[in-house]
Amino acid sequence: MQSLSNRAKKLEKKPMTLAERAYLPAIFQGLGITFRHFYRALAKKQITIRYPEETRPFSPVFRGLHVLKRDEQGRERCTACGLCAVACPAEAITMVAGERKKGEQNLYREEKYAVSYEINMLRCIFCGLCEEACPKAAIYLQADKMAPPRYERDEFIYGKDRLVEPVSPDNRSKRGIQLTPEQAEKLRGQTQPA
Amino acid sequence: MLLETLGWQSLVILVVFGVSLLIATYCTYAERVIAAFLQDRVGPDRAGPFGLAQPLADAVKLFTKEEFFPSGANKALFIFGPCLAMVTALMSSAVIPFGSFLKFGTTIVHLQGIEINVGMLYVFGIVSLGVYGVMIGGWASNNKFSLLGAIRAASQNISYELAMGLALIAVLMMSGSLSLRDITLQQSVPGEWHFWNIVKQPLGFIIFIVCAFAETNRTPFDLPECETELVAGYHTEYSSMKMGLYLFAEYVNVFVASAVMSVIYFGGFNFPFQYELREWLHSSRGLSLDAAQNIVAILGVVSVFAKIFLFIFFFMWVRWTLPRFRYDQLMRLGWTILIPLAIFNILLTGGLITTGIIPEIKQWW
Repeated sequence: MQSLSNRAKKLEKKPMTLAERAYLPAIFQGLGITFRHFYRALAKKQITIRYPEETRPFSPVFRGLHVLKRDEQGRERCTACGLCAVACPAEAITMVAGERKKGEQNLYREEKYAVSYEINMLRCIFCGLCEEACPKAAIYLQADKMAPPRYERDEFIYGKDRLVEPVSPDNRSKRGIQLTPEQAEKLRGQTQPA
Repeated sequence: MLLETLGWQSLVILVVFGVSLLIATYCTYAERVIAAFLQDRVGPDRAGPFGLAQPLADAVKLFTKEEFFPSGANKALFIFGPCLAMVTALMSSAVIPFGSFLKFGTTIVHLQGIEINVGMLYVFGIVSLGVYGVMIGGWASNNKFSLLGAIRAASQNISYELAMGLALIAVLMMSGSLSLRDITLQQSVPGEWHFWNIVKQPLGFIIFIVCAFAETNRTPFDLPECETELVAGYHTEYSSMKMGLYLFAEYVNVFVASAVMSVIYFGGFNFPFQYELREWLHSSRGLSLDAAQNIVAILGVVSVFAKIFLFIFFFMWVRWTLPRFRYDQLMRLGWTILIPLAIFNILLTGGLITTGIIPEIKQWW
């Protein structure tokens, strides 16, 4: 059959030369190749990342675990408009809206807020469309956190307790919770990773 | 006096025994690290610093595993097989000279388990017994794969022992002695240019090292445990420490083969300028003759172990470079290439000795 590309090479089986039949030159060639790898492993740093001690750096555009943001005064930004749930291709987001009561102005930014807000991390494909859809800049996919493995299916449904950004210690006091300086320091360490 | 010498000598034997076991233990670690490095991996590095406690962890694992006996196995022989493999492997390091001698006052301690005038023959005898361990283990397992592996081991060892012995005969023709100590001492005559036997016997050395690979069942000749065809060959049915003994025996064999090669072809405990060094220590540094001799002897031990470690590294290096031979290729290489080459080497050596190109050996010691 005529070949289509005309690039096929005709190979002829030639009788082996003495050097080829003696094995040894080829063996030494092979030993040289493996020794080069050995030397490289000894002399330079190996490409292996030793996991618990070293971690692979995240990409700057990595999309990880979601967070529900607060504004500068520590009020929840989410108004439970449901645009994220509509935008979600995996239908992972559900929420229940509620009306802000009197005296809750320091908790919720708008008059409407999410009473419950759940994301099923088993459904979520971490596409980031919710982040794009949100008109209030309330939901973000963090660039440095992954959804960790868990033992039960229920544990993958993240409610507001795990999604809402922790309040910074300064804002906490505004909500009437007094923190000792040590607790405040501890919380600051947790909320603002170096 | 005799008792005193015997006491020292038994201490040396104990040390040699311990060192063989220690080296075999760390061969398992070295093999894994070298394999990893040759393949751009890291290797064991979790247990202890640099993973140095890995052999201990492996031993604990092997000891705590279930002792398994296949149904229909001959239980006594099943246990006897790995024991025999281990015992024969350990016995052969007894005659290898690891150093010249230490002198304390009137006591002279030879750094060698036992000096016998048929040392080479002894090593050969013991090494060829080693195949019985494999044979018995494979036979007693009551398993086709084990039996096939055992048969392969037997035929391979017998075939390659011939070429190995013939390669060695050329060395013996030059040395005129079977004693490993004599062979070592002949490779360095004081006050003369001395050459290690590798210079006089390059062809013999190549034949010997190829046969050593086959004798120790290492890649590219590890057909007795060829896992693509025979599951694991003769130790398919073995588990826990009995399996460990087989693996251990292999590493002890590698150690002994490396030691024999460095003694016969690479001058053993000799190193360049040793007599000049001793003379210099004595005359210029003002050390007594005994102290100078002791220092040189210790350096000799270092040199022989350096050579041994290089050979062990070579064994591992080859293992992770070359693929396994096919069985017919193995037999063809042994019978139609290595044996004729070895006979040719004998004729060549004989010719060179009669024409006087290889000088006569002086018994200078």
